[in-house]
Amino acid sequence: MTHPAGSLLIAQDLRKTYGPTTALDGAEFSIHPGEVVAVMGPSGSGKSTLLHCLAGIVTPDSGSITYNGREVTSMSDSERSALRRSEFGFVFQFGQLVPELTCVENVALPLRLNGSSRKAAERTALGWMERLEVDDLRKKRPGEVSGGQGQRVAVARALVTDPRVLFADEPTGALDSLNGERVMELLTEAARSTNAAVVLVTHEARVAAYSDREIVVRDGRSRDMERVV
Amino acid sequence: MSIGHTLLGLLESGPRHGYDLKRAFDEKFGHDRPLHYGQVYSTMSRLLKNGLVEVDGIEAGGGPERKRYAITEAGITDVERWLATPEKPEPYLQSTLYTKVVLALLTRRDAGDILDTQRSEHLRSMRILTDRKRKGDLADQLICDHALFHLEADLRWLELTAARLDKLREAVTR
Repeated sequence: MTHPAGSLLIAQDLRKTYGPTTALDGAEFSIHPGEVVAVMGPSGSGKSTLLHCLAGIVTPDSGSITYNGREVTSMSDSERSALRRSEFGFVFQFGQLVPELTCVENVALPLRLNGSSRKAAERTALGWMERLEVDDLRKKRPGEVSGGQGQRVAVARALVTDPRVLFADEPTGALDSLNGERVMELLTEAARSTNAAVVLVTHEARVAAYSDREIVVRDGRSRDMERVV
Repeated sequence: MSIGHTLLGLLESGPRHGYDLKRAFDEKFGHDRPLHYGQVYSTMSRLLKNGLVEVDGIEAGGGPERKRYAITEAGITDVERWLATPEKPEPYLQSTLYTKVVLALLTRRDAGDILDTQRSEHLRSMRILTDRKRKGDLADQLICDHALFHLEADLRWLELTAARLDKLREAVTR
């Protein structure tokens, strides 16, 4: 399969097995800067494994993943974690905020880990919280905010380092439909405004409708519907 | 949708010309399908004949479009009855997509392909509606949501069918 020129992240012929189970069986993927691509498919089809491979969290048994011209599969662990910290952002189904920290401290955390001063990090964090409409929660702890608010805080945290790729795995899975849609609206607006690419794993069509195109994963193989139809 | 009842309902707030009625209908309910002038005038003549509206005045200049219509008591009763009558739920038992899937299985074609292509087409429509919803007011959002929920229901069926294709093949080719 050939990938369109200018792709930021490209995966080719990815294979991954867990014991007797084949999770990926020749999956392909590509995404441009500023593009939102939904990864769909039934549960157990391999879509989360694909996301984890693309994000450098899981190493495929074979196949290639190129990010910005660099081969991710041949990087050392520390190179891969540096890549994840500086270039990628993550949002999961449950916000996974640190319960002991306030919301603004949670959002500022990735910047602090990258060496920013507390003041500078929290100033940037607050800017992102304003964009996600949760700046009034700055002093609250995750346990004191609703699921929808917590997820917006998690989106702010994922975007605070200006990642080139945002990985979102069922980001609205735990939310009701109104809150889920608001999170998707704010997430896609924020990502588009910074030209970040979004890899969005979802089984919900209404969430996938916020994407530019979708790929479907079935039995570990992917199908790019835009290039099929 | 009953155009007659909708136009009658719009007339309840006060008399209007045919052109005003068309404009109000298109703005509130027309969306991608505006009314033709012909539809408005043929509907109004029918309502007039049935005593549900009356001509409230004719403006100089002539032509049917200059007539001003007002709803009658009988018209108001008719609208009330229509609003109070529940709509019959669609049976949804004649589905072209289901037919295509079964025929594909019977003729040993790839039914998964049909489902993938359909999912993609549905998502294309859902993207357009989502975008429109994002830019629209509350009324726009609600009508788009109505369409989105129906498309979503189709897609849920589609995913369920995709997951059961092998069993369906066994069942229909037995």
